[in-house]
Amino acid sequence: PHPSHFSPGDEDFQENHERQKHKGKRRNGERPKNKRENQRRQRSSKSVQGIREESQSTTERRERRRRRRGKEGEDEEEVNNDGEVRPELLSPEELEKLKEAVDEKKKLIQSLRGKPWPMKQKLVSLRESQLFVEKYEGALGKGKGRKLYAYKVMMTKKWKKFQRDFENFKTACIPWEMKIKEIESHFGSSVASYFIFLRWMYGINMILFGLTFGLVMVPEALMGRPYGSIPRKTVPRAEEAGAMDFAVLWDFGGYAQYSVLFYGYYNNQRAIGWFKFRMPLSYFLVGVGTVAYSYMVVIRTMARNANESGVGDDNSFNFSWKMFTSWDYLIGNPETADNKFASITTSFKEAILEEQESRKDDNIHLTRFLRVLANFLVLCCLAGSGYLIYFVVRRSQKFALDGLENHTWWERNEVNMVMSLLGMFCPMLFDVISALENYHPRVALQWQLGRIFALFLGNLYTFIIALMDAINLKRKEEKVVKYNITMWEASLYNGTGPENSTGPPVTIHPADVPRGPCWETMVGQEFVRLIISDTMTTYITLLIGDFLRAVLVRFLNHCWCWDLEAGFPSYSEFDVSGNVLGLIFNQGMIWMGAFYAPCLPALNLLRLHVSMYLQCWAVMCCNVPQERVFKASGSNNFYMAMLLVILFLSTLPAIYTIVTIPPSFDCGPFSGKNRMFDVIQETLESDFPAWFSKVFSYASNPGLVLPFILLMVLAIYYLQSTSKSYREANVELKNKLQMVTQRLDNFVLLTSYGSDFILNA
Amino acid sequence: MDLCFRSLKAQTWGINKPSSQRSSSTHIRLFYRYRDLAPQLVPLDYTNHPDVKLPYELIGSMPELKDNPFRQRIAEVFSEDGEGNMTLDNFLDMFSVLSEMAPRDLKAYYAFKIYDFNNDDFICKSDLEKTLNKLTRNELTEDEVKMVCEKVIDEADLDNDGRLSLEDFQHMINRAPDFLSTFHIRI
Repeated sequence: PHPSHFSPGDEDFQENHERQKHKGKRRNGERPKNKRENQRRQRSSKSVQGIREESQSTTERRERRRRRRGKEGEDEEEVNNDGEVRPELLSPEELEKLKEAVDEKKKLIQSLRGKPWPMKQKLVSLRESQLFVEKYEGALGKGKGRKLYAYKVMMTKKWKKFQRDFENFKTACIPWEMKIKEIESHFGSSVASYFIFLRWMYGINMILFGLTFGLVMVPEALMGRPYGSIPRKTVPRAEEAGAMDFAVLWDFGGYAQYSVLFYGYYNNQRAIGWFKFRMPLSYFLVGVGTVAYSYMVVIRTMARNANESGVGDDNSFNFSWKMFTSWDYLIGNPETADNKFASITTSFKEAILEEQESRKDDNIHLTRFLRVLANFLVLCCLAGSGYLIYFVVRRSQKFALDGLENHTWWERNEVNMVMSLLGMFCPMLFDVISALENYHPRVALQWQLGRIFALFLGNLYTFIIALMDAINLKRKEEKVVKYNITMWEASLYNGTGPENSTGPPVTIHPADVPRGPCWETMVGQEFVRLIISDTMTTYITLLIGDFLRAVLVRFLNHCWCWDLEAGFPSYSEFDVSGNVLGLIFNQGMIWMGAFYAPCLPALNLLRLHVSMYLQCWAVMCCNVPQERVFKASGSNNFYMAMLLVILFLSTLPAIYTIVTIPPSFDCGPFSGKNRMFDVIQETLESDFPAWFSKVFSYASNPGLVLPFILLMVLAIYYLQSTSKSYREANVELKNKLQMVTQRLDNFVLLTSYGSDFILNA
Repeated sequence: MDLCFRSLKAQTWGINKPSSQRSSSTHIRLFYRYRDLAPQLVPLDYTNHPDVKLPYELIGSMPELKDNPFRQRIAEVFSEDGEGNMTLDNFLDMFSVLSEMAPRDLKAYYAFKIYDFNNDDFICKSDLEKTLNKLTRNELTEDEVKMVCEKVIDEADLDNDGRLSLEDFQHMINRAPDFLSTFHIRI
């Protein structure tokens, strides 16, 4: 006798089943149903652990009862007192239904988090579903291969638990989370977004550091030839006297220059160490790999951000969003709250004005004229700063020719100082000029960011052009030195004896060998100096502009004519966009210089680490929350886009130098080759079997490469057009939806008479 | 779901661990935060499910909530009695919905309830006016308030009944770029 109908997933399934079973079987009077009911009620009011203990005890009780019944020689029942179902006695359809029920309960457990029920209800239904699943899932597995099934189920559960624990562990491992939370609660999400960006950059630099340190610096240090063994690894005799001076070391000359920190130290030996580590190949591939990794990470983050923002071009809910999403629930500080109230009010007033105002045509000509004037002034500024940098670089080259000792500290560090100072003062100038333009603040901010971006870019490229001039100079010098060396070698052999070729080899100390000017090390040094001075400038500006200012305002306030805190200097605000741009350009310089100075990622890692702590402290100590709170969400992809542009632009000069300029003849891992990328060719020829290089030569045939490029262009075009058509389809569907709702609404209104029929969609 | 599970465990263990063994996982922290509001009312041992409700004044004075203009509505929505007096379950519920991990739809549902001041399952004009006045601390003039509320109804009301139903609200809020990042309390 099987139960004729039961509703799967029903808790009463058990009860119905039992009742059917026990209809005609009355033993010992009253069936202890009440006890069972009480048990069930008790079970559902205790905790999961308690339940597990209880179910263990009920299993024991079940076993005992079964044994007792067996002794008494009763008929075998399908169901014992506790309502356990033996599925080998159920028909296949019932088995199916049972399986469905279990799956449904599992789905319910998964989706429970998203249901808007009160906690108690969720807990109750969670316990019920879990009980049900536990009871019947194991049972389902009985019969065929039940051990395997039960084992699988147990492993899945353990795996899920492990995954959950791992996720929790990962979240706990995120560095600086509490610091950022504190800043977020004081200053809102826009300022915190800068620190989150900083932390993300730190992660990238960590990987870059790992690559350069582990695959370039450490092998050369451990397995390459030691300091002093060959000319390129030794400080020249002329410089030996001052090689240990702090001033020289700070300038990255002396012992710092002839170390693994710079390109020039590396030997061009093809394989070093006992396991034949291919040093030049590794150097080249690490250089390419850092760029490739950076591209991949930036594009992946952009794609993720784009997905999250969804169809974010909507402007149709302007006021609704202002009303329901402008209050930042993270604010936990009365000062910030005050500022937020003020900024919300201002933003509403602005929006109302924009809505009410019809375009006034009176002074449109004046506005246009002023805007053109402002842009002209800005262009003059940019041109002026570009020329200033070029001039200063030229001067520094002249100083270098005279010998650096004859000049003051300022003259020696002129280039870097000028660049940093320009980066500090020009944005302020742009800010003043933009007052002429009378734009909407958001538009004005975008113009401001664009101009600062152009300024930094212009400065950077002027710097690079000046650097290229210096490189060309060094290469000319190199030719001269090469010639001199042949003369010098000849003079050596002439000195020992009349027979030039059979004279004993003369041992010269490596420090005495005349050296070529290593232009790659020079480039690396320039970048390192630039980064250091930029860092110093930032920190000093921070300490003076923020900390000193705050101290002055706080302590001079009560003996000053006007209110310092409300009036002129007051406390500074945290300049999110300026700092983010600074960070982005800093990273651009790292990408540019990392090929010639493997120490740059390490330096940057240190700088970011210190910056995080210093700026966190400075923000909490000296800054006040912004008046106009900058929305963080929309700008995430904007900053990523700028980072991508900078990445592209910074790798261009490095690629140009690698591809066109022959490496120095006596320093670096590529010395002696015609071009730096010849190392790839060399590896293919010597390290790979012969057929490989044949295949590669076929693959690099223009006849094959061009069609491949054409194919990729076509693929991009195809994907672009499909995405456009999807977007259009989306818009059409939206419109259709609105139309249908309208139509339905009208229909309902027509077919009803009475205004109290309201459509609930 | 983690919050669910762990609150269960918290209740069974009775939370009588000495403070030196305090773990840093969320549920224990939340329980201690709840208890810190009124140590004399909240027992350490929850195995017997004591019926303890903290009055609204204590909840509203928490540092995470005290500057929020909607704190009273938040407490009312999540409390069982609708007055803002919260049990531990309500407390956990509230912070789990407002946490980073809560799904968007769940947040939208509760946001709708918070902004529905008169609890009639619709956000009508008076609700909008109250919201706006709380947001701007009554700085806007009456005309401006009226204009803004009309604009909001214009923008978001899809079924044209002059007020926002849950579907209208969800449809509008799902497109908002800032909703998830602002409707979030970290504790």
